[in-house]
Amino acid sequence: MVRFIVRRILQMAGVLVALSMLLFVWLKALPGGPVSAILGERATPARREALEAALGLDQPVYVQYIRFVQRALRGDFGASTAVIPGEDAFQVFLIRLPATIELAICAMVLAVALGIPLGYLAARRKGSPLDSSLVVFSLIGVAVPVFFTAFLLKYFVAVEWNLLPVSGKQDASLDATRVTGLLILDGLLTREWDAAWDAVRHLILPAVALATIPFAIIFRITRASVLDTMDADFVRTAEAKGLEAKVIRSRHVLRNAMLPVVTVIGLSLGGLLAGAILTETVFSYPGIGDAIYQSQRDKDYAVLTVLILAAAAIFVIINLLVDIAYAVLDPRIRTR
Amino acid sequence: MTSYGDRRRERIDDLAAAASVDETPGVSLIASAWRRLRRDPIFLVGLAITVAFIILAVISPWIAPHDPASAPLLDKVRPQTNPVPGPEPGFPLGGDDRGRDLLSRLLVGSRQTLVVGVFATIFGLLGGMALGILAGSFGGAVDSIVMRIVDVMLSVPSLLLAFTIAALAARPGQTTLIIAIAIIQVPIFARLLRGSMLGQRASDHVLAARALGVKRRAIVFRHMLPNSMGPVIVQATLVLAIAIIDAAALSFLGLGSPDDRQPEWGQMLGRSQEFIYDHPHLAVYPALCIIVVALGFTLMGESMREALDPKTRR
Repeated sequence: MVRFIVRRILQMAGVLVALSMLLFVWLKALPGGPVSAILGERATPARREALEAALGLDQPVYVQYIRFVQRALRGDFGASTAVIPGEDAFQVFLIRLPATIELAICAMVLAVALGIPLGYLAARRKGSPLDSSLVVFSLIGVAVPVFFTAFLLKYFVAVEWNLLPVSGKQDASLDATRVTGLLILDGLLTREWDAAWDAVRHLILPAVALATIPFAIIFRITRASVLDTMDADFVRTAEAKGLEAKVIRSRHVLRNAMLPVVTVIGLSLGGLLAGAILTETVFSYPGIGDAIYQSQRDKDYAVLTVLILAAAAIFVIINLLVDIAYAVLDPRIRTR
Repeated sequence: MTSYGDRRRERIDDLAAAASVDETPGVSLIASAWRRLRRDPIFLVGLAITVAFIILAVISPWIAPHDPASAPLLDKVRPQTNPVPGPEPGFPLGGDDRGRDLLSRLLVGSRQTLVVGVFATIFGLLGGMALGILAGSFGGAVDSIVMRIVDVMLSVPSLLLAFTIAALAARPGQTTLIIAIAIIQVPIFARLLRGSMLGQRASDHVLAARALGVKRRAIVFRHMLPNSMGPVIVQATLVLAIAIIDAAALSFLGLGSPDDRQPEWGQMLGRSQEFIYDHPHLAVYPALCIIVVALGFTLMGESMREALDPKTRR
């Protein structure tokens, strides 16, 4: 067990080290280097030298890299120039994080709430028109770029029919109290029901758009897994024993079929992170994805560095937690 | 093993295993798969879309009513009142914001889209093959080192990786886009080939070749590689769809080519964002083209995967 966790942590560290090296090399390779990025092209040589010394750029490369890592570990990446001008880049990440957490959770809940029942239904009626149309629908779901789904939803539901807000995460005029930064939770905690409801209304469209990716995956895995389990020997035994069909379905088929589904739910979180860049951009939803897009567009390198490293770190940490939870639940995994 | 990377790994390994399982004499794996596919409506629809797309990409310059780079409707563009000219005789879909014929741009756009998809897949395939052959034919320490690198790459979400690569590149453009998308395909192909080659190392035909004194290089390239091509082709079909969608996504995020004389669907979609509320058709047409083509490759790839998979061959 300990060996398993240690191996996983080492692997995770490997990903982060590789990525930090990539980012470091890139920061050094910026046109004119970081000094020009900070001072602009027309700085005097004396000022450039002073800043180079201050930034430690006169040191050997490996020393610079170690310093970069040291500062990164302290959360010190410099100040944002475009996303929230003047704010510390790491703070930008912390400010944007809750919105993305909320979005990802809602999208995942939607995908699970639809994917599992529909996948089960499709498997029960394999080969029926319902099954075929659901399968084709899930394949289309994979082929439609998520930002186009987002755009269609935004254009029809928000702009044409005016049912839901077009962008943002809460109406600024509401002046809602902040507690955790998770707006729906804040509204419920402070009993500002209108604030919570407004946050929900803003969240629906981005969450639906983002949910299309994990939905397709969860639907297909559920369908395949239920089909597999229905053929299993223990189900035939249960039938031969004369158990009621209802009991067989709920206790034997569904419960055993859920194992791979639960796995895939944990794993789809990674796809959500990437999809959030696109969805949040379309809806100007102020989360991490939108910030990644903005910082790339406006060359806010401090923020971009933080966000890419943070996104990767969040992703590997989630993976690590899922793995450990699994190893605890299922002893067979530890020995592999 | 359950992590995200593991799940992707398992999916690839399943496919790799599919190639080396069937050793029934008489009917080859490919032949039996083809027999199933010929009757599979999903495969046929996918094949039809794909063939139509490729034909369109080849002949489009001759059937397009106008030169996609010229601007015959330029005098109709009024930046303040009417930035996007509507349909009129000879221009069934109207023009874009620079007075160029939209239909011609859509038709000719199939070329660049195909180029981005195909080249990203080919480069990804070549890189993956190099690593996969290295790991699969040598085994041992080479194998572990190569596969550690591959596993690290697989454990990062691919679009995030492609975005990072494209964002870090010195100059945005089509080449950058192709390279970024190719890089995220490398680990997939590497793992696939390595799995299927390791499976074959122990098989009878490789043993026979070794007993006859065939050189290692010849065994790898003449005996093992051709036998691994089935799953590789399936994966390449699926990757093409993903490459086209990812290219569109990156273009949409502003990481595509800034030069738009050569139309490309993802780039047209990205550029249409400015006018999206008043003239949504500028986004809808290229998006529909991307969806149909990506669906074609996906349907074809998924049904081929199923036909090759011994588990579904009941």
